[in-house]
Amino acid sequence: MTEPTTSPATAAPGPAYSGDAGAAATAAGAAPGDARAGTRTALGGARTAAPVGTPTRMTQGSRTRGGIGESTLRPDGTLKVTGEFAYSSDMWHEDMLWGQILRSTVAHAEIVSLDTSEALAQPGVYAVLTYDDLPTEVKNYGLEIQDTPVLAHGRVRHHGEPVALVAADHPETARRAAAKIRVEYRELPVVTDEASATAPGAPLLHPGRDDHHAGHVPHPNIVHRQPIVRGDATAAAGRADVIVTGEYVFGMQDQAFLGPESGLAVPAEDGGVDLYVATQWLHSDLRQIAPVLGLPEEKVRMTLAGVGGAFGGREDLSMQIHACLLALRTGKPVKIVYNRFESFFGHVHRHPARLRYEHGATRDGRLTHLRCRIVLDGGAYASASPAVVGNASSLAVGPYKVDDVDIEAVALYTNNPPCGAMRGFGAVQACFAYEAQMDRLAAELGMDPVEFRQLNAMEQGTLLPTGQPVDSPAPVAELLRRVKARPLPPERQWETTEGADVRALPGGLSNTTHGEGVVRGVGYAVGIKNVGFSEGFDDYSTARVRMEVINGHPVATVHTAMAEVGQGGVTVHAQIARTELGVAQVTIHPADTRVGSAGSTSASRQTYVTGGAVKNSCELVREKVLELGRRKFGSHHPAWATAELLLEGGKVVTDGGEVLGDLVEVLEDEVVEVEAEWRHRPTEAFDLRTGQGNGHVQYSFAAHRAVVEVDTELGLVKVIELACAQDVGKALNPLSVVGQIQGGTTQGLGVAVMEEIVVDPKTAKVRNPSFTDYLIPTILDTPTIPVDVLELADDHAPYGLRGIGEAPTLSSTPAVLAAIRAATGLELNRTPVRPEHLTGTL
Amino acid sequence: MDFLRPATWEEALAAKAEHPSAVPIAGGTDIMVEINFDHRRPEYLLDLNRVEPLTEWEVGADTVRLGASVPYSRIMERLRTELPGLALASHTVASPQIRNRGGVGGNLGTASPAGDAHPALLAAGAEVEAESVRGSRRIPIDAFYTGVKRNALAPDELIRAVHIKKATGPQQYSKVGTRNAMVIAVCAFGLALHPDTRTVRTGIGSAAPTPVRAGDAELFLGAALEEGGFWESGRALPPALARQFAQLAAGACNPIDDVRGTARYRRHAVGVMARRTLGWAWEQYRATGRPLEGAA
Repeated sequence: MTEPTTSPATAAPGPAYSGDAGAAATAAGAAPGDARAGTRTALGGARTAAPVGTPTRMTQGSRTRGGIGESTLRPDGTLKVTGEFAYSSDMWHEDMLWGQILRSTVAHAEIVSLDTSEALAQPGVYAVLTYDDLPTEVKNYGLEIQDTPVLAHGRVRHHGEPVALVAADHPETARRAAAKIRVEYRELPVVTDEASATAPGAPLLHPGRDDHHAGHVPHPNIVHRQPIVRGDATAAAGRADVIVTGEYVFGMQDQAFLGPESGLAVPAEDGGVDLYVATQWLHSDLRQIAPVLGLPEEKVRMTLAGVGGAFGGREDLSMQIHACLLALRTGKPVKIVYNRFESFFGHVHRHPARLRYEHGATRDGRLTHLRCRIVLDGGAYASASPAVVGNASSLAVGPYKVDDVDIEAVALYTNNPPCGAMRGFGAVQACFAYEAQMDRLAAELGMDPVEFRQLNAMEQGTLLPTGQPVDSPAPVAELLRRVKARPLPPERQWETTEGADVRALPGGLSNTTHGEGVVRGVGYAVGIKNVGFSEGFDDYSTARVRMEVINGHPVATVHTAMAEVGQGGVTVHAQIARTELGVAQVTIHPADTRVGSAGSTSASRQTYVTGGAVKNSCELVREKVLELGRRKFGSHHPAWATAELLLEGGKVVTDGGEVLGDLVEVLEDEVVEVEAEWRHRPTEAFDLRTGQGNGHVQYSFAAHRAVVEVDTELGLVKVIELACAQDVGKALNPLSVVGQIQGGTTQGLGVAVMEEIVVDPKTAKVRNPSFTDYLIPTILDTPTIPVDVLELADDHAPYGLRGIGEAPTLSSTPAVLAAIRAATGLELNRTPVRPEHLTGTL
Repeated sequence: MDFLRPATWEEALAAKAEHPSAVPIAGGTDIMVEINFDHRRPEYLLDLNRVEPLTEWEVGADTVRLGASVPYSRIMERLRTELPGLALASHTVASPQIRNRGGVGGNLGTASPAGDAHPALLAAGAEVEAESVRGSRRIPIDAFYTGVKRNALAPDELIRAVHIKKATGPQQYSKVGTRNAMVIAVCAFGLALHPDTRTVRTGIGSAAPTPVRAGDAELFLGAALEEGGFWESGRALPPALARQFAQLAAGACNPIDDVRGTARYRRHAVGVMARRTLGWAWEQYRATGRPLEGAA
């Protein structure tokens, strides 16, 4: 085995960032060959140099203080915009091989035979692996239920399931060799919906299930079922003056992150493996990877490579185990990069759902009850389905006061593509249905839809259907008031002195209308999303914070395993460290598994939980620094003993602002380092029969007003404005907050008017696995998104902040649908809306 | 896969004669997608990027000789007056980056019914200049599309240029997609009024196995304009006339249901586009010379 080369100093250094020129030099000096990387080599027995594209530490400085509440710029922003950022797919290692996965061409089949001999005989091919080559008894993985085969064993359950692996010295060679693997399938009948999945004699996706949900589900093709029963919905329905019932369908949305699944596995001399990968939770990956490889976790050393978006789609494993298996088998570094086609099969999607809702209300506009049933299609493997069921059921009522509810949510096992985590996670589907219901109820009652919502809006202290009180501000009515109070964009906004500006019309540059058939509509929606992992999960994070003097300046280093997937956590961590430790320079260490788990970059939780962990570790470091100061200088000034002390501007100061000492003098050559775990308040599981329990940590609320122009003859839609008001508790970085809200809003717009993975109901095969036919919004589809940010502190959370990333994705979709309904008068019970739905031409 | 890089047109023709299976590539905006998706792996790629004359155009008395590789962005910028329909169609092609690379030759070579240029070429009237070592010939656009993604080129022929009739009257182009930019056509419609010959021509994209003209609609409208004296009077068209034209245009479609749209929707949308484009073009004709394009 040849030794790998050192990363060229001139190569794109991955996420190495700095806020000024001096810091840039520091970052370059901290390239992979530095002393700390060397320490890892000694400890782990890994190779002496990291591959090209390995993330390096990022030092951020600022002439301003750059603490929380300021819009400090993202350290990775310029690199990404200029194309210099090293994503996981850019990684390179001398002597590396390329891995290729052979995937099933059918959705449900028995594998009659599998012949790899011809593939293995190809020149340049180093290994071909199938199920029979898996090294241990652990051959499945999964986030909660380990039901997903690393490689298919005798049966494939969905279109695109991994069947075999190839490693070759060139990606084209690997691709061709994979095509020479002969697989004989005997096709089996497919189950694709609730009726076929639970029909008598339906094929079972996982016969002999013994997972912890198997005992309480009504059918083995149901992954999990969560009822939530509170009060007496039947009796309450008797008090209703109007009852509105609706059936809603939510299509399968894809995360559509731009950086395909990719990574590099490098075998180590100690028999372990170094894995560089784009993921959302390093330690969750590690827990699933190591047993399959038959390695102790400390021999699988993971580093986060540059992540090109995630949105939930990287919670499950993709190429991680496959690359490690090939690397350990061949003794060579193995890189795997999916292409766009494979990416559509390489990650889970948002659960499509069918939702049946019944609401009642009194004549004076008070909701009486809710009965609903939510059926989520989880596809062939469990992934995050149980937790999605928990969210969908517990948030099924939305941000409204309803005392009497009868709610049921289930997730199915079918032969459709596996579905799991995506931004909004179960709450998105429910919001689409309850917000449509609110508009219909208001119409039945002859009330204004916003006033009707405000009348029933939840407040601080309201009990959720789970019996849990909402114990922080819940400004639902105020958010609605704010979006409604905003002036509307001018009518016929496409008219110019030169004629119609087609860019401002439905159809855009396709020149389909100059105003003919165009009708405006306005719609409102509001939603509630839980923040953090719920239902009793031990949802903690870990931060290692170090403080020392470098080149005459106090510098803090923050080391966590948080996956930076674009949310801006690396920016916020530096802001927190500056605020707590009073330093200008903060270095963010690359995320890896040499520090404790940070939990997932999911559930809008990272600023709360890993931000909280960084804050906590900084406070512990500060105590140690102050203790050093007291030992050295305590006798010089009585305030060392009597005042509350802070670290500000590189100095120790009293809360009255008096400077007691310089951090450089306090620290001298001491290094203060703390690694500590931090937890938010514990939660409880929901009762399996009644759904009662304090299951959630925190909530995030957003409201939208959509203004659309619909070409009613052609069924084309142009969203003109999508105003959002959201309570963020505390905006740690206001610019990033607005960016998150605009991004989430746009992702919600996408599933309102275009985004859908189309699965053939007869074959369960995906019909549009490409960006040619899976459409996501372009800039001409993206409206003006004015954002109104509220900061009502949640006293339970660090700095009073709320997780913000998901809430805007909820209400955006139903607001757009409401606006299209207003423009067309059509019922539109499904999303995304297609031109056929608007023109009666299905 | 071998990559052939002729420096001149003569070398390109020789290479194509020697390797008739070679797939020509210019902008690569279609071929590279096909290759990336593994839909095809041609034995030879014939790179035409060094053949400079392909990116040139000449404006003649009656026609524009448009080199096969002239990018769409150039057509939009430089040939709006002579080829207004094709310029509007060019606006709808993908993204600015792709419009800088792709050209009409690629659309013709691929002959996909969804190619954005086809309805504009059919409506304007055009001939494809095909050439091989055996010689050069002109293929009328009406005879060019022979089947789904098939055209009238011989295996050894390359597209040198397209000869497109210069506009003598208003031309319009509309395309429906389910996104407001960068979208493959669900269906498209091109319309050209030819006051010099008192005829009307049309083109329909993505609504039949090949790009087609709406022949009955053209004849109906031509006759109605003639008989009603509309060409001379420039009177407004009665709505019933536009509706009849739209209905005949929809009737010319032979669409399929696919992941991008239903056959029913395509027929419906072609009718709407026919009616609207006729309205715009006729208003433009009445205003004599005042361009009525979407301000883009």
